[in-house]
Amino acid sequence: MQLEIRPDVSIRAASDIDPLLSLAGITKTFPGVRALSDVSLKLYPGKVTALIGENGAGKSTVVKVLTGIYQPDEGDIRIAGEPVRFPTPQSAESAGVTAIHQETVLFDELSVAENIFLGHAPKGRFGLIDKSAMTTRASDLLSSIGAKIDPGATLKDLGTANKHLVAIARALSIDASVVIMDEPTAALSQKEIEELYDLVDDLKAQGKAILFISHKFDEIFRIADFYTVYRDGQMVGEGAIEDVSEPELVKMMVGRDVSQIFPDRDHNIGDEVLVVEGYEHPTEFAGIGFRLRRGELLGFYGLVGAGRSEFMQALFGITRPSGGDIRIDGASATIRTPADAVGNGIVYVPEDRSKQGAIGALPIFQNVTLPSLSRTSRNGFIRLAEEFKLARKYTERLSLRAASLDTEVGNLSGGNQQKVVIAKWLATQPKVIILDEPTKGIDIGSKAAVHEFMAELAAQGLAVILVSSEIPEIVGMSDRVIVMREGRIAAELDRKDISPESLVSHAAGIGGVEQ
Amino acid sequence: MTTSRNIPDRLRSPLEQSLKSWESLLFLVAIGIFIANSFASPYFLNAWNLSDATFNFTEKAMIAFAMALLIISGEIDLSVAAIIALASTAMGAAVQVGVGTPGLVMIGLSVGLLCGAVNGYLVTGLGLPSIVVTIGTMSLYRGISFIVLGDQAFRGYPPDFAFFGQGYVWWVVSFEIVLFALIAVIYAIILHMTNFGRAVYATGNNVTGALFSGIRVGRVKFILFLLTGLMSGVAAICLTSRLGSTRPSIALGWELEIVTMVVLGGVSILGGLGSIPGVVIAAFVMGLVTFGLGLLNVPGIVMSIVIGALLIAVIALPRLWSMWRTH
Amino acid sequence: MKRISASRELLLLIAIALLLALIASRFPAFVTPANLAAVFNDTSPLILLAIGQMIVILTKCIDLSVAANLALTGMVVSLINIAAPGLPMVVIVAIAIGFGILLGMINGILVWKLAIPPIVVTLGTMTIFRGVIFLLTEGKWVNSHEMSDAFKAVPRTEIFGLPVLSWIAISAVILFWIVLTRTTLGRSFYAAGGNPNAATYAGINVGRTQFWAFTISGALAGLTGYLWVSRFAVAYVDVAGGFELTVVAACVIGGVSIMGGIGTVLGALLGALFLGIIANALPVVNISPFWQMAISGGAIIIAVVLNAQANRSPGRIILKRAEHAT
Repeated sequence: MQLEIRPDVSIRAASDIDPLLSLAGITKTFPGVRALSDVSLKLYPGKVTALIGENGAGKSTVVKVLTGIYQPDEGDIRIAGEPVRFPTPQSAESAGVTAIHQETVLFDELSVAENIFLGHAPKGRFGLIDKSAMTTRASDLLSSIGAKIDPGATLKDLGTANKHLVAIARALSIDASVVIMDEPTAALSQKEIEELYDLVDDLKAQGKAILFISHKFDEIFRIADFYTVYRDGQMVGEGAIEDVSEPELVKMMVGRDVSQIFPDRDHNIGDEVLVVEGYEHPTEFAGIGFRLRRGELLGFYGLVGAGRSEFMQALFGITRPSGGDIRIDGASATIRTPADAVGNGIVYVPEDRSKQGAIGALPIFQNVTLPSLSRTSRNGFIRLAEEFKLARKYTERLSLRAASLDTEVGNLSGGNQQKVVIAKWLATQPKVIILDEPTKGIDIGSKAAVHEFMAELAAQGLAVILVSSEIPEIVGMSDRVIVMREGRIAAELDRKDISPESLVSHAAGIGGVEQ
Repeated sequence: MTTSRNIPDRLRSPLEQSLKSWESLLFLVAIGIFIANSFASPYFLNAWNLSDATFNFTEKAMIAFAMALLIISGEIDLSVAAIIALASTAMGAAVQVGVGTPGLVMIGLSVGLLCGAVNGYLVTGLGLPSIVVTIGTMSLYRGISFIVLGDQAFRGYPPDFAFFGQGYVWWVVSFEIVLFALIAVIYAIILHMTNFGRAVYATGNNVTGALFSGIRVGRVKFILFLLTGLMSGVAAICLTSRLGSTRPSIALGWELEIVTMVVLGGVSILGGLGSIPGVVIAAFVMGLVTFGLGLLNVPGIVMSIVIGALLIAVIALPRLWSMWRTH
Repeated sequence: MKRISASRELLLLIAIALLLALIASRFPAFVTPANLAAVFNDTSPLILLAIGQMIVILTKCIDLSVAANLALTGMVVSLINIAAPGLPMVVIVAIAIGFGILLGMINGILVWKLAIPPIVVTLGTMTIFRGVIFLLTEGKWVNSHEMSDAFKAVPRTEIFGLPVLSWIAISAVILFWIVLTRTTLGRSFYAAGGNPNAATYAGINVGRTQFWAFTISGALAGLTGYLWVSRFAVAYVDVAGGFELTVVAACVIGGVSIMGGIGTVLGALLGALFLGIIANALPVVNISPFWQMAISGGAIIIAVVLNAQANRSPGRIILKRAEHAT
């Protein structure tokens, strides 16, 4: 592990101008997790600072500290040198900090104008909300960001991209000196992204300090003036963007050379196990077809919202497709429910562990045996000894760390919860395992373990589907990659053709692959 | 990767866990009430009086066991008392055309199952929230009773039908208390010892997670609505037999008493948590309080204050305690 | 856009119109203005309670204690009237509202500060409130001759041809229509119930918003409590027994989603009127009033099926082709 890559430019950046907003020594712990450990952050007036880090590095936590949703355990926040505290979201807003959050924090049943002005609507006579003023100001705000949306429309009737523009308008409706943008381009098209860049330029010209969080390096180099890098809840580097290169930033983010993370694989690929043909859904995806062999690791890459998870959930029987065929080991299969999928040897490790993966309030052993109860029981009656035996076998294979097998899964760390979910599926002895963003939000150590384990599964003859948004992971692990864009297959790449550049260009639909 | 550590199965023994549980606390409360009652009234410690007292809760508790499973799975059925009314009305109507006791029992159970199936279909088949659905079917089922009976009553049940609600198996041991015990054991086995029971807990804790683990969530819930309907049918047979007549207002307001019994027994109204022994003890607690206050000539409505306060207190006190400790 | 949310109320309005037309075809006397006004007046208590209940349901809660609150407050003001017959009616009304607020706040505090599920809290307070009436009176009734004439007169007094009771319901509809559409608190009810997580981000304290919802529900229940006992000139333990479920039924029929965040004052009003018309029409059309319960049960089930279909959200749409189509 090479940890010390701190360019000395940070000193220069700080000495030039005084920061408008600064964080120092911020620490935030949750039960069992230290999300932020003594981090700092500086935002300068009229400048864009990019906050960079892997999932789980602490970026979202710092945004929540800045917007009054979380209170830090230690450390101070200063605006123009004055110490401030944000006990509530309102106090952050009135101090001039506004944020475009990553999750859409909007209300389906309210109108666009109300979504923009909820909590700070213009008031007219008797302190009532002045609807016409609100509509006018909403429509001004929307047109200023180039959005053609009727302020009177109900939010639920809007598409994803338009909802995101409403969220941006909401953030700008607060007269703020500090604007936080948490992955603002994730849901936008290329044209809308360009308009967002123009907006950022406007905000800079108005002297606002901007915190820009993004995973896309082209974006960061396009609009950021400064960068700050977090890793595992600590600040590992900061400085001016012109003094740094992309590989240097990646090294700071990851803490070591990317290529070293991934295990060497024995590419021992066997017979065809799964064939999918013409899978389609009225609104989510269309024309999905591919073949998968034993021992093969097939990557699914695409931008957020490309339809990968939606397709995988249809394959697993959560949603019903409108058409398409599946063959497993040559035999045609019908999958209407997850129970059908499990019965056919297809299992799914979902992205949302706490909601879909593990059942937090149940103990580890009950989580592991849940889909395998028919094997551990006799005539429908539970046999605890058998359950513990099965749970022990698979959790130890994954080197799970827990106090005991009857510990509630909700009390484990993210990485160990993920291990419980994987153990649960391995205990069913599946043929195909689908892993949806398996390393999202887990620590580096557990990540490496999950990667090694994936390689081992493939080596043992399991067919593995890896859905991931992390390019290094896809590049490092996959035998073959299917790139999805807007619900369709944009490209299928063999091992020799897999490169970060090819993935990005196919996923974004640029570089001459536009259909 | 190869360093496999040995993880112990359990840190605390099952015995230790159950001693620290809600059920043992409730058990102490029940014993306390029992002792207090026996000091307060000289008539309390009389075998026949105690036997009579059990009728306060046996019929409600039969439904409460099924309701406990339903609430643990994350749903609720407020139509149970209305199902009693409808099943009882159906039996009463059958009596008028000369149906004998075996036929009446079949009718009572079938109406219960049918009503449960309607609830189950509306909730799992159409994906509607159970609280609203069963408020609706509650009006519908009892409403049908009112249409049939108006302000009249069905009487004339055959003499041997009286056994279910009035018969004794041995000395002071009534048929109802035996049935209650039998049903308690069956539900305890279903919930605590079978795969189905495990699926009920998983569904109630995290319905999405259970679905994603291959549990047939809809089927589990449908079966639970069926069971709750069936138990309402059983209770209808016992209650009708005990009263010897059917009015449309039979068992009015029982749904809330049954839910109270279940929640008092330590079942979380949010689902995922609870046990059958807890509900059994809660049934005895409610029965003892009613009986004890009755012996002291305290009217039943005052008892309801105690039960209402108990319902809130059992959830509020642990939370207040933990808030007080953290501050 | 607006069409979709308006259609729920429109559908109900059409259903009510059809119902009235059906009754009128056989019994024209039912739809005379005087009789319709009487039906409205008779439904006014249900309208008042349904508005309060709707606000509570908007915030993802439920208030099963409204009828018990009504009965307890009604009894308290009746006893006050016996003790101090000279007390001005304005004071009596203020006490009714104030006492109702107090009872509502008890629910609200338990839900907000102790995070006890609303159904458990109000199930508990429901039985407690009724029990307290018994403790206050030892089960005795307060009868007409014990109440002062002024006490009994208020809801019946006619202004511009309509009784005060009706005017109070009309005022409440207008007041809460403004509160819910034009005030920050009103919009917070929708936000807190529609998306609690996002509401927190928007600086809305979800628990406190729920507290205010219970407080409003309590205020309306208290006011209705006085109106009820003075109109019927009797107060006893079981006043309005089981009425809480009729109130919830009015909301559900009025398109209020039990999952929170969806509902309007107009919907609650129409839902209450629908049930009120049926209750008043049955004796007129010579159907036994014993049909009423089954009909409202059927109406609840039909309404919840229709609401669920109307509210089914299209979800996220990925395919470009489909996105353009919206």
